[in-house]
Amino acid sequence: MERALAVDGSVGRPRVVARRRLAEETGVLLGLALVLALFGALVGPQFFRAANLELVARQTVIVCVAALGMTMVIVAGGIDLSVGSVVALSTVATALTLQSHGPALAAAGAIAAGAVCGAVNGLLVTQLRVVPFIVTLGTMLLVRGAAKGLADERRIEAPVTWLNSLLRTARDGSGLWLPTGIWITVVLALIVALTLRYTRFGRHLFAIGSSERTARLCGVRINRTKVAVYTIAGMLAALAGIMEFSKLSVGDPTVSIGLELDVIAAVIIGGGSLSGGKGSVVGTLAGAAIMAVIQIGCSQLGLPNWVQQIVTGSIIVGAVALDRIRS
Amino acid sequence: MHATQAREAREGARLEMRGIRKSFGATVALDDVHLEVRAGEVCALVGQNGAGKSTLMAILAGALTPDAGTMRLDGRPFAPDDPLAAREAGVAMIHQEPSLAPHLTVMENIVLGVEPTRGPLAIVDRARMRQIAEAALADLGHTDIAADTPAADLSPAAQQLVEIARALASGCRILVLDEPTSSLAHDDVRRLFELIGRLKQQGNAIVYISHFIEEVKQVSDRFVVLRDGRHAGSGTTADARSEDIVSLMVGRGVDVLYPRQPRAPGEVVLQLDEVMPGAATLAVRRGEVVGIAGLLGAGRTRLLRTVFGLEPVKSGRIVVAAQSGGAHPRDRWRQGLGMLSEDRAGEGLARGLSVADNLTLSRLEPLGPRGIVLPSRQRATATKWIERLSIRCADERQPVAELSGGSQQKVAVGRLLHHDVDVLILDEPTKGIDVGSKAEIYRLIDDLVGRQKAVILVSSYFPELLGVCDRIAVMARGRLGPARGVEEWNEHSLLMEASGVRAS
Repeated sequence: MERALAVDGSVGRPRVVARRRLAEETGVLLGLALVLALFGALVGPQFFRAANLELVARQTVIVCVAALGMTMVIVAGGIDLSVGSVVALSTVATALTLQSHGPALAAAGAIAAGAVCGAVNGLLVTQLRVVPFIVTLGTMLLVRGAAKGLADERRIEAPVTWLNSLLRTARDGSGLWLPTGIWITVVLALIVALTLRYTRFGRHLFAIGSSERTARLCGVRINRTKVAVYTIAGMLAALAGIMEFSKLSVGDPTVSIGLELDVIAAVIIGGGSLSGGKGSVVGTLAGAAIMAVIQIGCSQLGLPNWVQQIVTGSIIVGAVALDRIRS
Repeated sequence: MHATQAREAREGARLEMRGIRKSFGATVALDDVHLEVRAGEVCALVGQNGAGKSTLMAILAGALTPDAGTMRLDGRPFAPDDPLAAREAGVAMIHQEPSLAPHLTVMENIVLGVEPTRGPLAIVDRARMRQIAEAALADLGHTDIAADTPAADLSPAAQQLVEIARALASGCRILVLDEPTSSLAHDDVRRLFELIGRLKQQGNAIVYISHFIEEVKQVSDRFVVLRDGRHAGSGTTADARSEDIVSLMVGRGVDVLYPRQPRAPGEVVLQLDEVMPGAATLAVRRGEVVGIAGLLGAGRTRLLRTVFGLEPVKSGRIVVAAQSGGAHPRDRWRQGLGMLSEDRAGEGLARGLSVADNLTLSRLEPLGPRGIVLPSRQRATATKWIERLSIRCADERQPVAELSGGSQQKVAVGRLLHHDVDVLILDEPTKGIDVGSKAEIYRLIDDLVGRQKAVILVSSYFPELLGVCDRIAVMARGRLGPARGVEEWNEHSLLMEASGVRAS
């Protein structure tokens, strides 16, 4: 029946296409508007105060940064379960370097560590030809273990530097002075979005995710591109780790356990497909924001944590189901 | 109406579809179509892609409900609400691709859904199951298929037989074969035809859907042609010439199906020396079409993939236009080679991506400076090829999966044109596409060699090779024979060579 429709329904198509294209990202944005309206109504107008919205942004910034990398990985048909561990490793690396060096070097060191983790993921996926789910399940434990070993299973204290104020607001009253960390995220989001849409690398990611065999036939260097995308994802996860460090002010090898699931959820709510070839930065950010709004909204309503989890879980399933129905 | 005629229709027609009409929105897919099949008769249903064959069969199978018209099965009104109802009434469909449960055995597949049971707990009666399966296979004259082989271990041809056995075991009244030969090798096609003949004699009513007119001529008693959702003509197959049927399908003459302007082969652009696998030695010149004939599984696709760097070269040498360099597909594209995959859905096209992305994927470089892809330029480029190749799509952003088979293939071919390669390696370029698109692809090939491009054409369809190529080499049992001028070949000699029967 599907075949018959595909063959014979050609004339009625253009309008359908236009409608679907509109819905591609508007779906998740509408979802965001909906949860905002819902909690706005329940909590009251103070929910929309600049300070509160900033809280939402700060809450979600770590997930967002890691999710930018995850979006690219998922677009290319992969997945990276090791981000939570890389975040932890990054906080440890930052704290350890800070003990003897300056903050800039500490940040660079942490990002380099993330790059190494990502490159290892990419190399294992491409050279061993094991599916990324399994590879990164392995490296998730591996990196977590490395972080714990490096930290000697303790929290690592570090001197206070400007790294600690990445997520702190300059309190001079104006709402525009958002924390540096948020500005960094916005700029990175812009770069990743433009990369996905307007560069050869980005188009190759979509091609690999949509059909790896087609990409290979067309001369795309699959392995090189995959190693690159996992490396970038590792670096972004490490940056998320620096922000986590900024929040904690210590290096903690046990932090961010399970963060990868939040990150993946953000991408999926935002329209990414685990079978690859689909995903967008706008969608992912909106997905992350939806989860943050629910979290903060629920806590401000005094709802217990379990309610928040049920709501978030339903949204994930609902978003994917909606996507299925639409296509 | 004559009384005798009416009686004959009542008594003889196993299936009768009258005045069938179906529209999707504003599109009329079928308009006043009629089809009649008698017991002991093979009725061929032919037409281009989009002519309405699939819709008509979907209505018969209960997947779609007609807007108007009536159906009768054995003279009784037949209006299935869903596919299950149609199946229970005795409509069995065999599709292009085998649809057996791969992990179940042959007999489990044959009785799937109608398993014989025993006792109040409905325990599956395996002995009875085996009996039914073996009886059904014996009816087909294929006792060579063991009842407890897992379906996945069977060849496509054997899987198809099991599907037919399943249809017969469930007591089908009307058997629909939809392009049954598309994944079969020559020998299996012959055996399938013998089987169809036997089923016919046993009094089965068969609808045979095919693109291949030769097959229709060979296998059917009557034919019905659909064109643009209408009944374009019908008749007794023995009385109709192939050209007549094709004209009914396309609505015009087909003398121009294989155009051929004078060709002037130039210098050698691709040279294969003892390339393994394939033991292939071949020189391809500019301005000529070299065909590689062979049966399914002869290793033609493997050879092409090796040449294009998709599979490793075991030994031998491949020289492209005197250029050296790597053998990765990326290097091959750079050296001026382009390949069209025979597996359009799995490899040829990224089905989720847009027409524009698929057209330009191999060569994004000219679409912007230094690693950038400018959407405006991509759109302009894609639109150009959509117009030139008359690809039917909403616009360049439409996902390629939504296009018809013919248009999809044009997108895949368009990629080679966008890349402007010197050597086009075309693996089964007309597989599963309608006659109109086929003709356009033949015209395109002729036009390309006229502009001094070289084409390697692999096809299982010998008339196409004979019509299009300048030289043909035959591949049999994993070895490529010497390329000889097309005038030295005919269908018979190609088949002899391909099946390993050497003349003299």
